[in-house]
Amino acid sequence: MGLATGRSAVIDSFARRHRFRAFEATPWVLAVAGYFLLPGYLPLGAQIFATILFVLSTDLVLGYAGIVTLGQAAFFGTGAYTAGILAANGWGEPISDLVAAAAMAGLVGLLSGLIILRTTGLALLMQTLIVATMLYELANKAGRWTGGDDGLQGMEVWPIFGVFRFDLFGHAAYIYSLVVLSIGWFAARRIVNSPFGRSLTGARENVARMRAIGAPVARRLLTIYAISAMMAGAAGALIAQTTSFVGLTSLSLERSGNALIMLIIGGVGRLYGAFLGVPLFMIAQDRFSEIDPVYWYFWIGALMVAVVLFARGGVLGLIERLRR
Amino acid sequence: MSGALSIAVSIGFHGLAFAMVLYLISVGLSVTMGLMGFVNLAHGVFAMLGGYVLTRLMSHYGVPFFLALPAAAIACALVSIPLERLLYRRFYGGQELDQVLLTMGLIFMSVAAATYVWGPLTQHMQPPPWLSGQVDLGFRHFPAYRSFLVVFGATLVTGLWLGLERTRFGAQIRAAVDNLRMAQSVGINTSRLFMLTFALGSGLAGLGGALGADLLAISPSYALQYLVYFIIVVSVGGLGSVRGPFVAALVIGIADTGFKYFVPELGAFFIYAITMALLLWRPQGLFGRA
Repeated sequence: MGLATGRSAVIDSFARRHRFRAFEATPWVLAVAGYFLLPGYLPLGAQIFATILFVLSTDLVLGYAGIVTLGQAAFFGTGAYTAGILAANGWGEPISDLVAAAAMAGLVGLLSGLIILRTTGLALLMQTLIVATMLYELANKAGRWTGGDDGLQGMEVWPIFGVFRFDLFGHAAYIYSLVVLSIGWFAARRIVNSPFGRSLTGARENVARMRAIGAPVARRLLTIYAISAMMAGAAGALIAQTTSFVGLTSLSLERSGNALIMLIIGGVGRLYGAFLGVPLFMIAQDRFSEIDPVYWYFWIGALMVAVVLFARGGVLGLIERLRR
Repeated sequence: MSGALSIAVSIGFHGLAFAMVLYLISVGLSVTMGLMGFVNLAHGVFAMLGGYVLTRLMSHYGVPFFLALPAAAIACALVSIPLERLLYRRFYGGQELDQVLLTMGLIFMSVAAATYVWGPLTQHMQPPPWLSGQVDLGFRHFPAYRSFLVVFGATLVTGLWLGLERTRFGAQIRAAVDNLRMAQSVGINTSRLFMLTFALGSGLAGLGGALGADLLAISPSYALQYLVYFIIVVSVGGLGSVRGPFVAALVIGIADTGFKYFVPELGAFFIYAITMALLLWRPQGLFGRA
């Protein structure tokens, strides 16, 4: 009897994990409300959605697969430049550009992952950084294509479906980014709840044991690395398309680092850390730069140190602790 | 002397000078990573600090070069001790993510702090007059300051290696790198050892930053700008190794100088490519343990 109820409880808990819960609707309700209530902030909203997608991609590799990366910007930038270069050279159809950007970033993720995922820990961390720096240097030097230091200009992004134009008010950009984000979120949610996603978490917790039960750990890490790269590439393409500009900072260490701090503020490995962390970080950045326009970076740094020292697990971690 | 040979000598020479600076800065990082299991991305901050102390002492207070140099190293070592005791120590052997965020935060703070104290402009280091000309070695002339870098760097490296081999402190470091628990069991005070090693590494970084102020320009974003160079030297050399980073610094220093001479339009790209190739061949670095 004990066994039977025990098993059904386990099955129940697995089944429950897939079910949508009420709080999961919150970001989407807020996003739709924002469209009607804050019409002046739509371009900012589009940026926030794209950044959330980027941070979500970081959460997939970092939070679930346990790969600490300092090079997520490599994929973001690859996506941004792919979409940007296509649009600047006569093919500005946004959706196919977005797909191409994601595919290109995924390819870069796959190829670099083949090399760097052979290591773990510190060595891996450093190699993620080296890959991103390498691409940064490449973009910097390939000025004929990327515009180098000045950034890529002259992008002509066509209207979505030939109808909805990307204008100054950001209506199209807002909805477009929101739709892409929701697709990315849905995919990420499916992935982390799938057996594949669970095996990643298993590898994060105990690689030796996962290998012992016959899980092809290396291949699965590579798969999630490439998927996350695609997602980051799509985020980069979104920013490129909605702002009609790609700069070298899209490949920079600061961008990778900012993704980490946003994720840590929200909470790592919880899928919703990105949704909380990105707005909180942007608000903090805005406040700091208003209080101290010259040295606001100091306070961002202090915030990072404080989060590591006192608030590990981020906001979601705090909420979990309070509820317990 | 034939043109090709002359170019090769020149590249080798400048590469060597660059390698000395890279090694002095990175060796502490390698030991911190290998010994304490700590990713100190903010290591370059100490090198930057060394550069600032040197340039400031020389330009504003008229301190002679050879006094300013040890002052820079000592200042960095002293600053690093409270940081190690208060912040770093809690995270030894801990999660990389925490370490990364902590040290990235420190980098951001250092950028703002350096701008606040020393202003946003690049600091120029003026070597003393007797080091600013050329040295005639019979078959050709070499820039005096770079020659000094090579000789001084080689002396320091020799001293460092001898110290590591011959002194009690060196033996303790080697023991702790090899087997931390065993070192603790035989009564080595590893907490103190870590502190001193960290201070030594930071002092060397400060010295390297000060010496290399005309190679790696001293500006507030120093720690961020050159981070990848230090990281590359350490990861190619192998974490925890003291000699590995030297070989890596030589490879990187000379290759970087060479490629920037022959294909300046590609900049540092080749260095990264070489690094990736080396790591594909030996994922743990040249002298790292698997």
